[in-house]
Amino acid sequence: MIEARAIDTTEVRADFPILGRTINGKPLVYLDSAATSQKPAVVIDIMDDYYRRYNANPHRGVYTISEEATAAYESARQGVAAFINAASGKEVIFTRNTTEAINLVRYTWGRVNIRKGDRILLTEMEHHSNLVPWQLLAQEVGATLEFLRIDDQGLLQLDELEARLSGVRLLAITHQSNTLGTINPIKAITAAAHRAGALVLIDGAQAVPHMPVDVKDLDVDFYAFSGHKMCGPTGIGVLWARRALLEAMPPFLGGGDMIKRVKLHEASWNDLPWKFEAGTPSVAEGIGLGAAVDYLKNLGMDQVRTHERTLVDYALEKLQDIPGIIIYGPRNPEIHGGAISFTIPDIHPHDLATLVDRDGIAVRAGHHCTQPLMDRLGVPATTRASFYIYNQPDEVDQLVIGIQKAQKVFA
Amino acid sequence: MSDDLYREQILEHYKNPHHFGELPDADITQEGDNPLCGDVITLYLKLDDGKLGEVSFRGRGCAISQASASMLTDMIVGRPVAELKSFPTKDLLEELGIQISPARMKCATLSVNTLRVALNGDNHEED
Repeated sequence: MIEARAIDTTEVRADFPILGRTINGKPLVYLDSAATSQKPAVVIDIMDDYYRRYNANPHRGVYTISEEATAAYESARQGVAAFINAASGKEVIFTRNTTEAINLVRYTWGRVNIRKGDRILLTEMEHHSNLVPWQLLAQEVGATLEFLRIDDQGLLQLDELEARLSGVRLLAITHQSNTLGTINPIKAITAAAHRAGALVLIDGAQAVPHMPVDVKDLDVDFYAFSGHKMCGPTGIGVLWARRALLEAMPPFLGGGDMIKRVKLHEASWNDLPWKFEAGTPSVAEGIGLGAAVDYLKNLGMDQVRTHERTLVDYALEKLQDIPGIIIYGPRNPEIHGGAISFTIPDIHPHDLATLVDRDGIAVRAGHHCTQPLMDRLGVPATTRASFYIYNQPDEVDQLVIGIQKAQKVFA
Repeated sequence: MSDDLYREQILEHYKNPHHFGELPDADITQEGDNPLCGDVITLYLKLDDGKLGEVSFRGRGCAISQASASMLTDMIVGRPVAELKSFPTKDLLEELGIQISPARMKCATLSVNTLRVALNGDNHEED
C-alpha cells in the first residue's frame, strides 16, 4: 500500500504562477484563500486551451469542436460528482457560485415546500449567502426564521438542537464558518434534523476546498459550493441535491438548454442536470473546475486537511502571544478550519490590513459577509487570515511581524 | 501629497480626536455609517445665528474615518451654515493630505457625507 504523501508546499507553490509576484517589493503572502483561492497553472492552461482549440457551444453542435466542448464540460461534471461522492453526475448542477446554488433551492424547492407559518432553522454564523435568500423566501411566503446560537468559542449550541428542530422544514447551515473557522459536525446535525422531519441544506463553500466531503456519508439533502475557492475559476459553482428532490423540483431559470420540447404556450423540461442549467453555460469555467478537482484529488483531500490543521495549530499558537489579541473561533485545531479571525486592541482591522499590505501580506478585514455574527461577537469587523495548500509556517511568522509593526505605528 | 497613509498628523487626530464626545443640547444629531467597514460616527451640531456655533462627534472605526472626522470638526466650527451645506469633499481630502485608495475612500469621506446629510437631509454635494 502506498503511504499518502504529506503536502510539500515548495512543490505546490511552484504550481501557482501568482505566488511569484511581489507587492511593494516583497513576495506576496496570500492569506485570503477563504475569499478566493489562487489558481494553479493547470487550471489556467486548460481554460486557455479550450478557448484556443475547441471553443464552441456545448450540447448543440454536431460538429467536432462542439462535441469536444460538450465532452470536456460533461467530463468535468463527472469529476466533480466523484470528488464529493455523488451517486451520479445528474445530481451535480452547475451554477454561478454557492450563492446562486442556494438561491436555486430557495426559488424552486423553497417556493413549493415552504409555506405560511413554516419554520426555517439557520445559525448565527451563516454567511449572508445562506441567510438573505431565506429572509426573502420567509417574507414572500410568511415563514419564520430561527437561529441556532453559538457559544463564546464559536461553536454551535447543539444541546439546543433537538428542541429547536421541532416543526422545522429546512435546516440551512454552513459546513465551516468563513469567519470563525468552526467546522460544524454536519453528519450528527443532519441525523437529528432528519429525525425531526427537516431537510438539510449545507453551505459547503469553505469545506469542499479544504477537507474530504462525501455527500452520501453526510446524508444531507442539498449541498452548495463554489469553484473559485478550490483552485478553480470564478463563475462556476455547484448545487448537489438528491436526485428525487431534483426530479420533483420545478425548474429555476427558463431558456435554452433546460427544455425538452417547447410549444408557443408551454414547454417540458430537459433531463437532469440540464433542467436547471438554462442558457449557454460557463464552459471554460466548468472545464477549469474539472482541472481544479483533479489537482486537489492528486494532492489528496486528507492531506489538504492535515496541512491546514497543522498551519492553524501553529498560527493559533503564534498569534495568541501578541499582546491584547482577541482570537474568535475554536481553539481546538481539530474543529478549526483554515481561517482565523482576530482583533487587535486600538487598531481597526482595515488599518491593520492596509499596514500589513505594505509588506505584501494579503489579509481580509471587515465583516466577512457575516454581519449578524459580528453583532453577536460585539465587533464591527475582524481581521481574518485564511490558509490553503500553498501557505507555509513562515508566512504566519511574517503576519505576526506585520501585526507587531502595526502595533508600533499605533502605539 | 504624502504616500504615508498613517502620517503623524492622522495618527494624532485618531489617538486624540478634537471635539470628541456628545453635545447634549445639539440642534442636529446625525448618525452616519459605512456598513462595509463598520465605521460609525455621530455628528452633533449646535447652530448659533446662522453659524455653526459648536460641533462634536462620537464614533468608532478605522484611523482614516475617525481622524478625518476630527479634522472636519476643526474645519467647520464657526462657519456659516449656508456655506457648510455644500462643504466640498475635496477640502477635507486636501486636509488629510494623503493618497486615499478607492477601497478606503468611504472611510475618508464618512464625516463630510454625514455633515451634508445633517444639514440638507441628503448627501447632495454641489459641484
